[in-house]
Amino acid sequence: MLLSPYPTTGERIRITLLWLWCGMVILFLLVPILIPVPLSFNSGAFFIFPLEGISTRWYEVVLGTQRWQAAIGNSLIVAFGTTLIATILGTLTAIALSDEKFPGRRIVMPLLLSPLIVPVVITAVGSYLFYARVGLASTYAGIILAHTALASPFVVVTVGASLSGFDRNLMRAAAISGARPITSFFRVMLPLILPGVLSGAAFAFVTSFDEVVVAQFLASANQRTMPLEMFIGLREKLSPAITAAATLMMALSIVLLVVANVLARRGKQRPRID
Amino acid sequence: MSALEPTKLDRPRASRNWSAADSGAAKSVAAALRRADLGDRLRSLTLAAPLLVLLALSFGIPLVLLLSRAVYDPTIADALPQTSQALRGWNGTGLPDDAAFLALAADLRSNQAKGTAYELAKSLNARLPGARSQVLKTVRQLEAADRPPLEVMKAVPFWSAPGTWPVIESGTHSVTSFYLLSALDLRWNADGGIERVPPEQAIFVQVFMRTFLVAAAVTLATLVLGFPLAYLIASVPKGLAAILIVAVLLPFWTSILVRTAAWTVLLQKFGLVNDLLLWLGVADDRLDLMYSRIGLIIAMTHIQLPFTLLPIYSVMRTIQPSQMKAAYSLGAKPFTAFRRVYLPQVFPGVMAGCLLTFILCLGYYITPALIGGASDQLISNFIASYVNVELNWEMAAALSFILLVFTLALFGIFARILGLDRLKLV
Repeated sequence: MLLSPYPTTGERIRITLLWLWCGMVILFLLVPILIPVPLSFNSGAFFIFPLEGISTRWYEVVLGTQRWQAAIGNSLIVAFGTTLIATILGTLTAIALSDEKFPGRRIVMPLLLSPLIVPVVITAVGSYLFYARVGLASTYAGIILAHTALASPFVVVTVGASLSGFDRNLMRAAAISGARPITSFFRVMLPLILPGVLSGAAFAFVTSFDEVVVAQFLASANQRTMPLEMFIGLREKLSPAITAAATLMMALSIVLLVVANVLARRGKQRPRID
Repeated sequence: MSALEPTKLDRPRASRNWSAADSGAAKSVAAALRRADLGDRLRSLTLAAPLLVLLALSFGIPLVLLLSRAVYDPTIADALPQTSQALRGWNGTGLPDDAAFLALAADLRSNQAKGTAYELAKSLNARLPGARSQVLKTVRQLEAADRPPLEVMKAVPFWSAPGTWPVIESGTHSVTSFYLLSALDLRWNADGGIERVPPEQAIFVQVFMRTFLVAAAVTLATLVLGFPLAYLIASVPKGLAAILIVAVLLPFWTSILVRTAAWTVLLQKFGLVNDLLLWLGVADDRLDLMYSRIGLIIAMTHIQLPFTLLPIYSVMRTIQPSQMKAAYSLGAKPFTAFRRVYLPQVFPGVMAGCLLTFILCLGYYITPALIGGASDQLISNFIASYVNVELNWEMAAALSFILLVFTLALFGIFARILGLDRLKLV
């Protein structure tokens, strides 16, 4: 669609320049995120190309040493806890908000999204201040609670999107057929909005798994998550182990978010009942 | 629905006139509907309640608590009850009378006895740099008790210095505008007006300006890089567009920390960027890109590029190519057609992308902390360091307050002119 059927020379030049420029922009986008991958397999201890040789020694450091293992464990505890709470509560809230009768929808929605708008340092410092008073600082529960605030908006939005294609008459039909609300939720609504719910869960998981600022303020040495360990490592000294950790984290978020987006797209299509 | 009685509805109507019984039935139907409606509302509210309560606890209260610290600081008032009393009659100029000196001496000793002297010294120091050591020194001398308290107080020049007592006086009020004004490099002067602090004490206006400048530079860079790519993706056939959009989404889905880590590797003195610059002949020597402003802007541009590009792309996708063809056939030159037909239509997308990037840049913390040098730290980094290093919660709260005001104001503009729906990126 770029070139007209009989392009002029000027047009050809413009389109060539556009492609060149865009090619450079795409390199700028992709090279930095791909760079840690070969470096993480480098057998040497430096970040310089050409690589000295291929080895998995840095992956052995990340997956094999106690410090990193603990960090991975903490990240998984926090991310699964966050995902569980954010998905359940976010789904319930999305169902409530999809009802036109919900009072004050126009006020509640911006409030629900506000954790995404407020700069995360402010959230982190505020949580630290409050959680220290109520004994939640330096606990898994504290980090999970703070992460839930950051992750639940994604669940509300994705489940909300899949609910917009959900026919409420199905719930009425279930009620008329004698199903109790809880039964009709599990047997009728949930199967149809499941892609949206799973997609929201994946977003919530990634949000928590990648989060470092709140963790930095709330976690003690015992709760250091993987991103926090990376952040500390980057501040102290650059070790190739960090490129291995970065590669692992990147792979996990990309896989989960691809799944989430595919599910979200499927969830938005109006479910067909034949 | 129990109020609905079928017999009343089923009764055949004799005339079109409403009988008293009919109107009664209608009323009860309306009442039943209202009740059912109320029930629905309550049920949907109950469903949303757990998350709303959790957000209030985990996000709302912490935020309010932090912001209140910016204007409410009872430490000094609590620590100096007698001094507060003694200063009530003071007119605020010159030195207060000896009674105030004695009251302060008594307060200092009682703080020492309670073990809160250090807390007080720290709190005074936040408002009056250098006060910490003076307070602790005076407390030690009062403790020694070899001289009368008044003599001890008068012997320390700090307590007779012109700036000391106004600060103590303002500290005895729990609600204070001191920190908010300080966050803007302002203070109260002796006449009760607001003035700028001396240039050697001013830091924050410069930091806010720096934050805005970096945000503006990054926004501009993302627009220059992103607009043509968005145009290309919107113009090529579907299959190719899908591949190109993946190139935008892959970095978008990688966490900020991972991308910042990648840039710390790339920007090293012997890193790939320097290799490239040397090879291209742009630079004669290896540049110090780490801990520099330019390195910070490059990394932030990389992170923010998808945020600017995606809203622009989503608008461009809706523009029919036939419109441009129509403009050409009517004799418009390519540039004119672009400027008068295409640009006005993509403008909302450009606004959305740029505003989003600008707002997000204001809150950057990780990237400046790892890639920026000492003079490239943005406002979020100052907030964090006031909490972690200086332990000055009030100042951190005041800076948060101002940053939040800017952020919310910009989001208000965003929502006002573009609508909140444009926030959806995925």
